Amino acid sequence: MITVNAMGDACPIPVVKTKKALGELNGPGQIEVLVDNETAVKNVTKMAKSTGAQAEQEQLGERQYRVLITVGEGAAAQAGQNGSGSAPANGAVQPDSAAQTPVACPTCVSTVVAVGSDRMGEGSEELGHILMKSFIFAVTQLDQLPDKMIFYNGGAKLTVEGSECLEDLKNLEEQGVEIMTCGTCLDYYGLKEKVAVGQVTNMYSIVETLQSAVNVIRP
Amino acid sequence: MEKEIHLTQFAKHGGCAAKIGPDTLSKVLGRLPKFSDPNLLVGFETSDDAAVYKINDDVAVIQTLDFFTPVVDDPYTFGQVAATNALSDVYAMGGEPKIALNIVCFPENLDPDILGEILRGGADKVREAGAVLVGGHSIQDDVPKYGLSVMGMVHPDKIYKNFGCRKGDVLILTKQLGSGIINTAVKAQMASAESEREAIRVMTTLNKKAKETVQNFTIHACTDVTGFGLLGHCSEMASASDAVIELHVKDIAWMHGAKEYAQMGLIPGGAYRNQRHAAALLDTGDVEEVYVDLVSDPQTSGGLLLAVPESEAGEVLRALERADLGTEVSVVGRVAESGAGAGIRLVQK
Repeated sequence: MITVNAMGDACPIPVVKTKKALGELNGPGQIEVLVDNETAVKNVTKMAKSTGAQAEQEQLGERQYRVLITVGEGAAAQAGQNGSGSAPANGAVQPDSAAQTPVACPTCVSTVVAVGSDRMGEGSEELGHILMKSFIFAVTQLDQLPDKMIFYNGGAKLTVEGSECLEDLKNLEEQGVEIMTCGTCLDYYGLKEKVAVGQVTNMYSIVETLQSAVNVIRP
Repeated sequence: MEKEIHLTQFAKHGGCAAKIGPDTLSKVLGRLPKFSDPNLLVGFETSDDAAVYKINDDVAVIQTLDFFTPVVDDPYTFGQVAATNALSDVYAMGGEPKIALNIVCFPENLDPDILGEILRGGADKVREAGAVLVGGHSIQDDVPKYGLSVMGMVHPDKIYKNFGCRKGDVLILTKQLGSGIINTAVKAQMASAESEREAIRVMTTLNKKAKETVQNFTIHACTDVTGFGLLGHCSEMASASDAVIELHVKDIAWMHGAKEYAQMGLIPGGAYRNQRHAAALLDTGDVEEVYVDLVSDPQTSGGLLLAVPESEAGEVLRALERADLGTEVSVVGRVAESGAGAGIRLVQK
């Protein structure tokens, strides 16, 4: 067991030390973090849970607390699966397949769908629209949903009012899939006020998301 | 200046997160004698942003002061943030800043050029606000602190109070939220450059343009969101207005990364103090815990929170969009009930 002494440390140092210890542990095991204030107890607990680990709190005395972090077999993999940014609802996704995902970095997301057009494939425009609509529907039917879906350029037209995919996308969002649409693209098409699902994002965030993805699906 | 300066290392608490908790404050202030004067239009009874004193039927003066410890490492930027924050109280009352005085605490052993940069940052913001900076007061102190005392003016009939919102009002916030969490993540060296830049841009944006854009519309209540967080300032508005405010957490504009950092436990202690203070009024429903933390996040130099009648809300939003404030405007919620007790409800659609 690793012991982290964060007594007397001001926010956010206890969290920084805990994160470092989780990195050192790099697998199943236990870490005890000693802190002297309730803010640190809450924050250290959140840090632990964001990586899929479990945390128990205990008050040892006046201004003396212990947070016991347990990283289980599944949690070590889930840390990679779940990332720190995706919705907690994702945590419920099939622990078995999560364990197979060979992810070591705790901030990685496993699957990102990147949609750069409102139609799928080259050729007939009309067919392209039909294919895209059925692609999005098919995503909703996946056993393991993607973590995030990014919409840019023509893809931005899919997340706004009047889009034929809206129902499916809302359904995905409810199940914890993060839906993000490029703000510049919405501006360009004059659709900024019409976004009907998910969040508006920027290029920096898109690049970061794509970089941290283990799988990227481009329809 | 090529030297590495980490101003924030001097400060245990940053910016408005350094505020004394609302619980402690209301206890102490409650024991102070009440002052009354027929010309005092706004005092501290309703925890408003500044004092307003009527001179005649056309002019009232607004008096406010604000200062804090460094929230950012760069001295010039710190000066800008502190001044923007201090000037904001005047805008939150519906007024225009006229005169500003520096408030300075500075360690004797630190390079005076750093102080020069802080003051230059502050002066630039005062100039941008159209006010004049005419001196101030400085003392030696181990922890650097900076801010302004500001005098502003407003027509006595056009004062924005932090109460008076009514059922049906739409609550509009003119800046995205999350500066307390982002500043904490910066201290932990876990913030992305993008988040850090966004927080600085938001904290150094004057509320001048926002106030000027909405001044011809009906505003039932207004305050600026600072150390007590959106939750705390809404509690004050709800209590003083005897209203129930509903915050729609999915509609609120957050700074990039704020949600992620909050989930990682990069939350300033002030957020928990704000939660405790609002606990009696707060119904968190079934929203995710991270949103409770986000709405409690103490803001440094936050935006204006405006209660606008539903019939004008669309127009106000369009006007704010056209004004291109440089920050993200969002509808954070609405007034669900008035006249039947105060409360805050969190809703996650």
